[in-house]
Amino acid sequence: MTELLNELQLALTSYALVTAFALVGLTVLVSYWFSRRFTAGRVHGSAIAIMIGLAMAYVGGVMTGGSKGVADFPMLAGVGLMGGAMLRDLAIVATAFGVRMEEFRSTGLSGVVSLLAGMVSAFIIGGIVAYVAGYRDAVSVTTIAAGAATFIVGPVTGSALGASSDVIALSIAVGLVKAVVVMIGTPFVAKYIGLDNPRSALIFGGLVGTTSGVAGGLAATDAKLVPYGAMTATFYTGIGCLLGPSLFYMVIRALLGP
Amino acid sequence: MVIYGTALLSLCLLAGMLAGEALGWLMGVETNVGGVGIAMLLLMVVTDKLKSARRLRPATDEGVLYWSAIYVPIIVAMAASQDVARAMSGGAAAIVAGVLVVAVAFALVPVVGRIGRPAPTTESGEEA
Repeated sequence: MTELLNELQLALTSYALVTAFALVGLTVLVSYWFSRRFTAGRVHGSAIAIMIGLAMAYVGGVMTGGSKGVADFPMLAGVGLMGGAMLRDLAIVATAFGVRMEEFRSTGLSGVVSLLAGMVSAFIIGGIVAYVAGYRDAVSVTTIAAGAATFIVGPVTGSALGASSDVIALSIAVGLVKAVVVMIGTPFVAKYIGLDNPRSALIFGGLVGTTSGVAGGLAATDAKLVPYGAMTATFYTGIGCLLGPSLFYMVIRALLGP
Repeated sequence: MVIYGTALLSLCLLAGMLAGEALGWLMGVETNVGGVGIAMLLLMVVTDKLKSARRLRPATDEGVLYWSAIYVPIIVAMAASQDVARAMSGGAAAIVAGVLVVAVAFALVPVVGRIGRPAPTTESGEEA
């Protein structure tokens, strides 16, 4: 019996990506069933699937102590490949297939405005929270504020400014919380913020910025909106990495002193 | 052939990533700037051109559409491989900052939506 289990584990591990397809397929199946059966379709099946995914990631992280959620179980390493940047970006680009250019042309200005507004508001709120939490030096405050942009802007800014590793860790945590909150929260607030058309999705992507959050939040709301939100969000992290260690650091240093 | 579609999609992504890296290098940041967005624009332009030249066969479409259709499951896998445990262990400061910044971003969606709305006015100027 244990031999059989070992064989099974070996098969699942060496066919990791296939295992991931099967596991994710089952998760989606259960989620859509749950959505119909218990929420009468009000909570979208993909929203439930993403929440189950996050819950599994939490359990995986606690059990293995790793940083890749369930993908740190050798048997489920394929989930990391399936949900990693490579296939995620391929799928995001594919969603643009059949989208008409005109839908982007008319929203050029609001895309730029949303990117800047999202970036500035993230730095202001992140900076205030860092200050209230007791950080007083400009480097730490800027790094934590950068984490409120995305969990990539945080560490990039932190290492450029020479922040301590616990501050960088905190900035990553802030960005991760942001991504998780966006994934879970978006479908529930979509109705109230008018997130039901390409234009508002584009603005949403620029304001929120975190690629995984936007990708997950829009997938859980209405997959048709994904290309628009993804388009602006894809510029957010780059602009954040540009402004964080330069302009925002100078402003925060001017406010707090070196 | 289905692979033509998938290859086209892949080429667009690779070209976009390359452009994004170049943009990042020009801006002096060690990260990709807009690679995925550029790839999306490329795919839209190229498929539009091919369609109007009637060079895009339905089988080619399928090579792209499959990846578009598999998007949600890929996002579920992405969610399942996030470092949620670390997010939750960041303490109150991380959670408060993360929640607040999302709340404000959500609230700004209708506000920014009003600013840039394509209105009949040609140039509204600085005040809004």
